[in-house]
Amino acid sequence: MNKSKAFRPFIYGLLLLGCALMLLPVMAMFSTALKSMPEVYAPEPTLIPASFHFDNFYRALFDPTASYRPFNFLPALKNTISVTLLNIIGNLVSCSLVAWGFARYKCRWNKPLFVVMLSAMMLPSIILSIPTFVLFVKYFGWYDTLYPLWVPAFFGINSFFIFLLHSFFRGIPESLVEAARIDGCSEIGIFCRIVVPLSKPVLMVVAVFTFIWTWNDFFTPLLYLEDDSKFTFAIALQNFVRGSQGSVFGTQWNLLMAANIVVTVPIVILFFAAQRYFVEGISLTGVKQ
Amino acid sequence: MNEQSRNTRYFFLFISPWLVGFSVFILGPIISSIYLSFTKYSISDPPRWVGLDNYAVIFKGWEPSFYNSVEVTIAYSVLAVPLGVSVALFAALMLNVPKIKGMSYYRTIFFLPSLLPAVATTITWAFVFNPKYGYLNAVYTALLGGDGPDWFMQHTLGCLIMIAVWGFGNTMMIFLAGLQEVPKSLVEAATVDGANAWQRFWHVTVPAIFPVLFFNIVVGIIGSFQVFTQAFVFRSIGGAQINEKAVFFYVLNIYENAFQYGRFGLACALAWILMVAILMMTLVQFYLKKRWAPDDE
Repeated sequence: MNKSKAFRPFIYGLLLLGCALMLLPVMAMFSTALKSMPEVYAPEPTLIPASFHFDNFYRALFDPTASYRPFNFLPALKNTISVTLLNIIGNLVSCSLVAWGFARYKCRWNKPLFVVMLSAMMLPSIILSIPTFVLFVKYFGWYDTLYPLWVPAFFGINSFFIFLLHSFFRGIPESLVEAARIDGCSEIGIFCRIVVPLSKPVLMVVAVFTFIWTWNDFFTPLLYLEDDSKFTFAIALQNFVRGSQGSVFGTQWNLLMAANIVVTVPIVILFFAAQRYFVEGISLTGVKQ
Repeated sequence: MNEQSRNTRYFFLFISPWLVGFSVFILGPIISSIYLSFTKYSISDPPRWVGLDNYAVIFKGWEPSFYNSVEVTIAYSVLAVPLGVSVALFAALMLNVPKIKGMSYYRTIFFLPSLLPAVATTITWAFVFNPKYGYLNAVYTALLGGDGPDWFMQHTLGCLIMIAVWGFGNTMMIFLAGLQEVPKSLVEAATVDGANAWQRFWHVTVPAIFPVLFFNIVVGIIGSFQVFTQAFVFRSIGGAQINEKAVFFYVLNIYENAFQYGRFGLACALAWILMVAILMMTLVQFYLKKRWAPDDE
């Protein structure tokens, strides 16, 4: 035991070094966001800006003098929030209904379909994205609309969430369900009034992960969105990168980083507000294989 | 109405969203993408059957980027997965040491980066890597003197690997959950028997967390075959300053073929080759697991 005590300072040292490495880009992001352009392009970057340019945030998001606005903040904010909310609602409703069906109603179709449902997790998303693109664009006319970003969420196709909810639902005692049934509760009533209230923690896991995956999603909006009034944050940032490259002054890193912070901060806030659910969700993935 | 048929009826009622969703968004696309992979198709004209031509074009190297993108993806996978998994395991072991002050802060700082938007983190890292005015070379000059390397041009893939390893938090949390399941009595018994830290790790901890380790490796490899966002964003920031060939990942090639050149048939064929590669890699790993760890379950 004495020996392991001697290791402690060493472990603290490693942990602190690790933190410094993890935080380096975060500090770079904040520091650059507050610098002036000449300072950004100074050959020796400093972590603390010589002068703090808080107006960079205003310029990145709302600049009225810019001849073009590479980062169309307000529409992107509106689009990102609405797509995220719709995905959360869609996944919560559809995945939990499907998971309850699989968890409680035994019949000869149950097992084979459950295996089919799970095996969809294996598919690389790129395989589906090409024919889905054809379907949405050519047959539904959904190019440059937000529909492809949220409609699928209402059809319970996230196997991971169904699996998560399924294993939770199986723990709900049958006696409880039976008692409600005897009291004359309908099957939908059982789901709404017994299952859902009992499953708040796992539903939170689904909501929180949907939030983060939708907010961060880059590929789907890249395929479908064309006009910058339709952009979500992820794609608006990419557009900022592209737009600022043609500029004679070089990439406006300070404004880009300011936009970066605005896109990233909601995720950080969500993380601190719902840390428990993140940890739960991630642990469930690995341990309950 | 008997219980059996009632169950069947409600079963289908509850899973009906999935039945529709699965048919429209998964099964339909799978079938049509198999079909499209045997056609020449550019969305505006109807698909034209070409048999195995797409596959022949790919394997004969007439699709100019195929072999390059395979090389890039394999190189990335071979380097990033072992590195990422080891760093994650090492961090998890440190974060599992009992009675460290401020442990929850360390865990948060290590975990959080993996949740941040890939676009934002890639942009930030690209600035850090910038050979002329980035932070990495400032640190390099301060510690070692002289000019740092041209990360963009000479270590293009290395940059992406570093970004990936930095986001090890996800994997680390899975390890941490696994480590917390390791029975303390087992570790103590090994200590009493005189096992040193390394022996305890190798003979007690590793076998106990083997399923989690296996899971992380399998998921890591599957993910490494599908890198897209980081490569796409890094390329568009780096422009002519980076070695474009070195970030031309397999999925990036599929994307360009389909959505920039309108070669939907060829892109579907490329996607199916990827699917088969992933399936084979995964089967090989399960086979190796069976051979090396026959006692497991």
